[in-house]
Amino acid sequence: MVTPALAILSLFTLGLLAPFLFALLPRHAGKLLCLPPAFWCGWFWSKTPASGQTWTSPWIPELGITFSFRLDGLASLFAILITGIGAMVLLYTEGYCGAKPGSGRLYGLLLLFLASMLGVVLADDAILLFLFWEATSVTSFLLIGFEHERANARRGAVQALMVTGGGGLALLAGLLVIVQQTGQGRISAWGPLAGDPLYLAMFALVAIGCFTKSAQFPFHFWLPNAMTAPTPVSAYLHSATMVKAGVYLLARLSGSLGGTEVWTWTLTLVGGATMLTGTLLALRQTDLKRLLAYSTVAALGTMVFVLARGGAEAASAFAAFVLAHALYKGALFLVAGAIDHTADSRDAFRLGGLWQRAPVLATASTLAGLGMMGVAPLAFLAKETLVDGLLSPPDVPSLIVFGVMAAGAVAIAGIVAFRPFFGKADPAIADGHKPDAPLLTGPAVLAVLGIVGGLTPTFVFERIGGPVAAAIGGGTDPHPWALWHGFGAPLAFSVGTLALGLAVYRAWPAWIARAAPWPSFGFDRAYDAGLRGTVSVARAFTRTIQNGRLRAYLQTTIATFLVLVTLAAVRWNPSPQIRLDTALPHEALLALAMLLAVLAAVRSVSRLAAVVTLGVVGFGVALTYALFGAPDLAMTQIAVETLTVILFVLTFYHLPRFARGSGTRTRAVDALLATGVGATMAAITLVASQRLLGTPISAHFAENSLAEAHGRNVVNVILVDYRGLDTLGEITVLSIAGLGVVALWTFGRRAAKGGSA
Amino acid sequence: MTLLLAIVIGALYAGGVYMMLRKTVVKLLIGLAMIGNAANLLIFVSSSVVRSHPPIVPKGSSAVPAPYADPLTQALILTAIVIGFAVLAFALALVKRVYGEVGSLALEEMTVSDE
Repeated sequence: MVTPALAILSLFTLGLLAPFLFALLPRHAGKLLCLPPAFWCGWFWSKTPASGQTWTSPWIPELGITFSFRLDGLASLFAILITGIGAMVLLYTEGYCGAKPGSGRLYGLLLLFLASMLGVVLADDAILLFLFWEATSVTSFLLIGFEHERANARRGAVQALMVTGGGGLALLAGLLVIVQQTGQGRISAWGPLAGDPLYLAMFALVAIGCFTKSAQFPFHFWLPNAMTAPTPVSAYLHSATMVKAGVYLLARLSGSLGGTEVWTWTLTLVGGATMLTGTLLALRQTDLKRLLAYSTVAALGTMVFVLARGGAEAASAFAAFVLAHALYKGALFLVAGAIDHTADSRDAFRLGGLWQRAPVLATASTLAGLGMMGVAPLAFLAKETLVDGLLSPPDVPSLIVFGVMAAGAVAIAGIVAFRPFFGKADPAIADGHKPDAPLLTGPAVLAVLGIVGGLTPTFVFERIGGPVAAAIGGGTDPHPWALWHGFGAPLAFSVGTLALGLAVYRAWPAWIARAAPWPSFGFDRAYDAGLRGTVSVARAFTRTIQNGRLRAYLQTTIATFLVLVTLAAVRWNPSPQIRLDTALPHEALLALAMLLAVLAAVRSVSRLAAVVTLGVVGFGVALTYALFGAPDLAMTQIAVETLTVILFVLTFYHLPRFARGSGTRTRAVDALLATGVGATMAAITLVASQRLLGTPISAHFAENSLAEAHGRNVVNVILVDYRGLDTLGEITVLSIAGLGVVALWTFGRRAAKGGSA
Repeated sequence: MTLLLAIVIGALYAGGVYMMLRKTVVKLLIGLAMIGNAANLLIFVSSSVVRSHPPIVPKGSSAVPAPYADPLTQALILTAIVIGFAVLAFALALVKRVYGEVGSLALEEMTVSDE
């Protein structure tokens, strides 16, 4: 059975294999790799008009997560664009990169992105959608930073990842809230959510995710910086597909989250602000790709703006605009890359006269440019449909915003699509080489489709506009697409914006030549400041917590210990009852000796005195063991204590005397902490000596050691028999420590010799 | 005697902590050794304090006659004593080596890890 899952899986696998294919056939990789996406494009086209077919199989049933895919009008439109333009871009990559080493990675990443993006638009499970969504962010990061030797490519990549990844987190939270509230992971099963008590949280979180992904104001700044990517990537991810993921999700959820005042106002205002920001900032650029990037920002704003309205008519206009934009903008990006290839420059201000050198490219560029101006059939149709919606009833503020955007698009189209070919050339522009066939096919096909699609409006409407309206508009559009709406207000609007746009186009060169460079604009710098701030806060925090001073660590640890034990004591109130068992005189004397030794150790100023007091404590402990029925411990302790003292003295031979002590204040604080610990531990000892939390197993050893292990010394039996593995571990630790000691002593000596030699 | 031993344990902990907070790394090690002894004593006292009755099966008997000192805690402490000694020996060697490299025993001057 052919399913969307198979499409995603096969393209994903192809992505993994692409670098190997490139290694085998570097000159034909694009031609071969573009075939599978083209096949799937045909398959998705053959499925239209799609009516919401679903495929489901369980994935994590405990959490209600399924592998479910759904193909309806909206998914179908995006799937066709993703696979179709993907095929064109892969073919174009062959011409753009040639057999340049490392291009295999580019092919592979493009295909991985293609599969992920397809997953986003086909997934019907919220978690599945999120996974694919994140996969597009990650592949986008890798593609923007493809030329990772360049610092600004790395910066653009990280910035895109931070913005879209941060938005992705918000989206995940939003989706989880919706799943929680509806008890339903399937997106198609979500009903209208406007009445939900958590509606605002759902909408805000999902909207942040979508706005960051689709470069909406005020998150628009990452998109122009992502233009450091190779041109096929910019054309594909940052105009035709990935940036539309946010718009897609808004459209997908418009049935559940839409229809409220919050939805309408937020999308209208954000979309409108994005349209104006994108248009105005675009006209300040001279780099072809940055011009196109800002105009893409404006176009994405338009899509959000249209989605704010809701209903079948808006859905149909949305579909027309998405289709038209993907075709003309994809083509123009590819043309920009080809110009870069041909003339070794992307400076729109200085380029000119290229039509003689590249007539086919000039034709494709002209056709696509006409689309962007809203003159070519499909784009004209889209624009008329949009304006139609705004005019009934007339919505003056929206018309003005849209008019500015449309006029700006005309001017930008003039600058990027006509000026480089038909304008006057700057003599400083170098003579490049001619573009070859793979470089021309992509732009030409896309540009021609933009014309042809508009010439057969009824056919395209049946396949695309109608199904999208049915999928997200909740019904059929009463006005099917038509190329000719007659003489009326929409046409007047088009003519007006065209005239205004041409005027801006004529004024542009003088304006650029005269314009003083603006101080670089706010949001990009705010991003930098935010990043710097985060790093410096983290650094300050680390410096405080990880200051490298053992004393501070110890003090923190001890204080924490004291607070926790006190809290626990207050809560459980163990109330130790002091058991006044007898103490014989010699025992009391022993305890007194140890106490005095501790006091002497603390007050010692000479190294030898300190070690002697330590020895007194150790032998005192050994005597205690001996007095209270533990001869084995006593013997071990005596042996170890003797060795310890010898080791200390041996080491001291190589070390200097004690340095001067700390100040009174420091010592007072330390004494306070130490007394606290001492008192606490004494109390713990008393509690521990009275409490039995369970029946000890010692009796078992005492009764059975002779019968089972044939040993009379129970401690020995436990060590070598019952807990033999423990003892093996202990011996291992001892041996390793011994090796370490030898290493530290001998290597130290050799290094010192080497140093002096 | 339990009370007396508890006081000794408390004093050992207090002295150990105080020594560990001193400036020189050698005192830190002395403090560590004291706390090690204190911890062993704590385990020892927490089972039971029984005078002069080691857990040894007498000739002609098949089990240890009660009362007897707890053999299990003794076995655990024995392991702890040996491990504690191993750690201390290694630490002392390390201190000697550190002095050779850094030229100081002041903990305040050992704050940089990668040089």
